[in-house]
Amino acid sequence: MNIAQQQEKAKQLRADILKMLYTCQSGHPGGSLSCVEMLMALYYNTIKVDPKNPRWEDRDRVVLSKGHACPALYAVLADMGFFPREDLWDLRQINSHLQGHPDCTKTPGVDVNTGSLGQGVSIAGGLAMAAKLKKKAYQIYAIIGDGEAQEGLVWEAAMSAAHYKLDNLTVMLDHNGLQIDGSNDEVMSIGDIVKKYESFGFECITVDGHDIQAIVGAIEAPHNGKPKFICCQTHKGHGVSFMSDQYGWHGKAPSKDDYERAIKELGVAVNG
Amino acid sequence: MAESKSLRVAYGETLVELGAENDKIVVLDADLAHATMTNGFAGQYPERFFNFGIAEANMMCAAAGFAHSGLIPFCSTFALFGAGRAYEQIRNSISYVNANVKLALSHSGLCVGEDGGSHQSIEDIALMRVLPGMTIFVPCDPIETQKAVRAAVEINGPVYIRVARPVCDCVTEEDTPFIPGKANIMRDGSDVAILATGLMIPEALKAADLLADEGIKAAVVNFHTIKPLDADCVLKMAEQCGAVVTAEEHSIIGGVGSAVAEVLAGNSNAKFARVGVNDKFGKSGKPADLFKAYGLTAENIAANCKKLIK
Repeated sequence: MNIAQQQEKAKQLRADILKMLYTCQSGHPGGSLSCVEMLMALYYNTIKVDPKNPRWEDRDRVVLSKGHACPALYAVLADMGFFPREDLWDLRQINSHLQGHPDCTKTPGVDVNTGSLGQGVSIAGGLAMAAKLKKKAYQIYAIIGDGEAQEGLVWEAAMSAAHYKLDNLTVMLDHNGLQIDGSNDEVMSIGDIVKKYESFGFECITVDGHDIQAIVGAIEAPHNGKPKFICCQTHKGHGVSFMSDQYGWHGKAPSKDDYERAIKELGVAVNG
Repeated sequence: MAESKSLRVAYGETLVELGAENDKIVVLDADLAHATMTNGFAGQYPERFFNFGIAEANMMCAAAGFAHSGLIPFCSTFALFGAGRAYEQIRNSISYVNANVKLALSHSGLCVGEDGGSHQSIEDIALMRVLPGMTIFVPCDPIETQKAVRAAVEINGPVYIRVARPVCDCVTEEDTPFIPGKANIMRDGSDVAILATGLMIPEALKAADLLADEGIKAAVVNFHTIKPLDADCVLKMAEQCGAVVTAEEHSIIGGVGSAVAEVLAGNSNAKFARVGVNDKFGKSGKPADLFKAYGLTAENIAANCKKLIK
């Protein structure tokens, strides 16, 4: 995909996310919309996975530690063919394999369960340690949220990742600055999180989290023998003007009017 | 009789044996390897031993990562800091996905002794018992500990093993069967059934002796597996004896006493009593003094039996 095609794909994925959330009338639009380009940089540009063999042993692993953003992950997985696209419209319904938070026992392409914040990035550390023990070359990527970074477990995981020199682990922060009750700084400041990761022993890079090429560049940059931290500067609700940078859209489903306005703004069709 | 030893020592020795037999086994600890006795494995197989420092939550989630990668992690720390502090990590990252993680948590119950109530886990069985798919073993002696650890490897899914600290005499034999989910009748009887687990097994056997002196025939059943509980055996003993007393080194709320009560309720008219920690925290003291103070003794079990059948 060239840059124009990727931008078009991003719009399509955003429209899919909105249709999912509008259809089930629940879920988390803000944080799903903010990490679309991060997932695209991974799934369409860097990692090795096989939609026909989701459990392929040598695949790269992606852990969406901010599990509530799973509509974005589901949209990507469906687009890649891990499961039929029409499954998306059953999100959060009683017989759907698409749970409210990612479930590796139900959804093809989901590597680990997440949703309880802090646990995904910690599991990712275990995956990276196991990969090293088994002398496997695959990479592990964990996407965390900035509100999530308030969990102590995130820092326990950071400490052990550096201690065990997990240069096969990349922690990517979706730094949209907002969480349920307001901005990070209002609720519980996470301070200079890049400096924090640096001091824990990570190789750190900051990029525009909506610039796919920039994120890919950071993913491909050397680890220098350390775990890597990519601070992706993003906007919550990105791509929909009235949701952008609004913390109120963290966990609110769009109304019919919201949905129609958003789809019109994106300018893509959401058939099938 | 086989050699007396601490159950944690038996655990550590079995891990070393398993390390040679099965290269999928990895061992995780949280700065307690010299207390949980995983240090033996660490010495023999350093590349398969991972110390997480004093960070139990991270150890549990990382264990899930190892299990997702086809390895068989054994996690050890004190029962309170594993089952207690890291409960939700065990719940969501291990149990919820049926991850093949073995939780061999030591220093359970009042037998921790002098360290006091902050370190005495009287609720770990209750916490683990409510998790769907969790298997729970509470071995009573060194031989049973070895068997429980080996049985855990054969199970594809999470297993909790309660590993006690004190030196224990062997009350079972090398050839005593250890079938997960199947209780062992150690002594048959017709007047009262003592359903016990872990360190209360020797006390239950002594209680049966005390009762025998008074002409009361007490059965003693070893529930080495708390989950899945051998409900058939519970009902059979209730019918055979008409009176059931449970004995555990754990809170009577949520532990074996509760598990047995859940089976009996609506299914049996047997008289019933529970011996265990009665809704109290522990405190510092020598284990024997604590067992006496909290009623975890042969005498108290016998007294409860007599109360039921008089």
